[in-house]
Amino acid sequence: MLDSKCTLDEGGDRVATESAQERWRRLFHAAPIRPGKFATMSGIPLAPVYGPSDAEFPGVYPYTRGVHSSMYRTKLWTMRMFAGFGTATDTNTRFREIIRSGGTGLSTAFDMPTLLGLDSDDPMSLGEVGRCGVAIDSLADVRDLFDGIDLGAITTSMTINSPAAVMLALFVAQAEESGVARERLGGTLQNDILKEYQAQKEFVFPPRQSMRLVRDTIAFTAAEMPKWNSISVSGYHIREAGSTAAEELAFTLANGFAYVELAREAGLGVDAVAPRLSFFFNAHIDFFEEIAKYRAARRIWAKWMREHYGAKDERSWQLRFHTQTAGVSLTAQQPEINIARTAIEALAGVLGGTQSLHTNSMDEALALPSEKAARIALRTQQIIAHETNVTNVADPLGGSWFIEELTDEMEREAEVIFAQIAKMGEGSMLEGCVRGIEENWFQGRIADSAYELERTFNSGERIIVGVNEFLEGNDEDDMATLRITNADERKQLGRLEKVRRDRDGEQVRRALDRLRREASDPDVNLMPALIDAAKTYATVGEMMLTLVGVFGRHVEVPSL
Amino acid sequence: MSVRVLVAKVGLDGHDRGIKVVARLLRDAGMEVVYTGLFQTPETVAMAAIQEDVDVVGLSMLSGAHMTLAPLVVEALRERGSDIPVVLGGIVPPRDLDELKALGVSAVFGPGASAHEIVSAITSIVTSRS
Repeated sequence: MLDSKCTLDEGGDRVATESAQERWRRLFHAAPIRPGKFATMSGIPLAPVYGPSDAEFPGVYPYTRGVHSSMYRTKLWTMRMFAGFGTATDTNTRFREIIRSGGTGLSTAFDMPTLLGLDSDDPMSLGEVGRCGVAIDSLADVRDLFDGIDLGAITTSMTINSPAAVMLALFVAQAEESGVARERLGGTLQNDILKEYQAQKEFVFPPRQSMRLVRDTIAFTAAEMPKWNSISVSGYHIREAGSTAAEELAFTLANGFAYVELAREAGLGVDAVAPRLSFFFNAHIDFFEEIAKYRAARRIWAKWMREHYGAKDERSWQLRFHTQTAGVSLTAQQPEINIARTAIEALAGVLGGTQSLHTNSMDEALALPSEKAARIALRTQQIIAHETNVTNVADPLGGSWFIEELTDEMEREAEVIFAQIAKMGEGSMLEGCVRGIEENWFQGRIADSAYELERTFNSGERIIVGVNEFLEGNDEDDMATLRITNADERKQLGRLEKVRRDRDGEQVRRALDRLRREASDPDVNLMPALIDAAKTYATVGEMMLTLVGVFGRHVEVPSL
Repeated sequence: MSVRVLVAKVGLDGHDRGIKVVARLLRDAGMEVVYTGLFQTPETVAMAAIQEDVDVVGLSMLSGAHMTLAPLVVEALRERGSDIPVVLGGIVPPRDLDELKALGVSAVFGPGASAHEIVSAITSIVTSRS
């Protein structure tokens, strides 16, 4: 049903006469709706969204209430479970299990050496190979990782940052070897290097050199991989490192602005890059604050993209995000109760309108998740999706005086922080973010907030069930957790040795020479050289060390 | 004289929230704290501990590499003729505790350990040595 007052211009843009409600109605009626009855359990029919005619509406700028007009009536969120451990073959088995249990996207966790661009046989890798994620050294590992999985049919998220360009090159090389053209690849590279220096601390090159690689991946994917999200701008790690919700919101969006400015410097317009940015937020335990954070995030992004950066494409205004429940909220004590925490946090993500969700497993304060714990975590999402009926109505909390006020307050706090960052960068968010890192400004604020929160736990002002109150049950039997042994490390070393033995060393040397040459010219995009090097079975460590030779290494000044 | 502690991150694990919070809590308790920064090796930690003449070394490990790396720090200290005690905090499953103790780690603080628990354990380890 089209509204009578509605006329469209060429780009499908709204005209001034159309109200938010009218626009929503038009969009909603054009949206495909999944089969199902949209009513309460007792049969009361439900509207797709509620609110007075002058309210904000989902799918309509500034998107406070959601990026899609129909939200989960069209499509539920993607249940994207993060997994990876041991060798590529081990993780491939887990991936297939996830797909069998109804997971709809893959998300790869890499081990520490891979995240820091080291080969498994590097002396610094000792004890870490395959432990926190899967060990990837070369194309051979990527092939085994995705064995039997159609990369053209499923979307893949790769949580990697410093070596993001190298991993993208390996992924493209593998897909093309298996007959899937790069244009068909859908997925996300985390590739958010700014938050590495601010929070997660898996950095290799100095910040400014790292940003050149980010620029290269943005430009490459914009030109050659239309279905690929070049960066997942991540607040998750900022929050896990100890920030407040408002800091998570503000630092993350500021980093997003910085990437838009970076792309602009490289000659890419805002509308070429912004639609390819996705976001990744934490779902912590303060239920309403989290929901307000997601709502504020969408509104701020829309306003800044449209008003500040002059984006014309609606997709540039729409902040899409992945959510992960808060690892830091889980307790080692009475681990089963983490299922309840995770369920509450996941519900906040859903009521906040997330596009995809990872739920943590109950045993993650102890170890990487066991298969059973990971399955229960996925089941938690399935309960929310299929039993609770919360998917019927978009932004169900919109219009609550409390939620609306909290959303406004989140936005105000974020704007104060943006002003501080802009000041550090003399008007540039890109420069402000880099200088804030170089001057330990972000790191200091995060550490301060973490300390303040910890003091409230230690003083008993805040209760954590099983930690400082309600301790009965803490001494019960240990939970069986996943054990990664050094045998996985030895297995991976064997795999790597074979790769080094079987490849053509001269070809590798030539590919790395080219990479070194092109790295010294800041105007060259390094992706083609990286893809060619990946195809010769040059290792992650070799490619990264070649770049370190040109870019240098980042050393953080220790501060408490 | 106040207790001197070197807190250190060994290996590739970049999780530094815990170590920074604990360092501040130790300072609140009147201890002097030196932080190595990230990505240290067992050797650099041992050398720093000896040079700084600390009473105890505190390691923070959240990546699961503690069984490999924590004993190497103890070994690096002993090789240099130092008997400075080493304590460990982070994600350490209970099943690893006995073996860590046997390998010379003086105390282990798991997730949820309180400031009071950490301060009093370090104080008693240092007191029992002197």
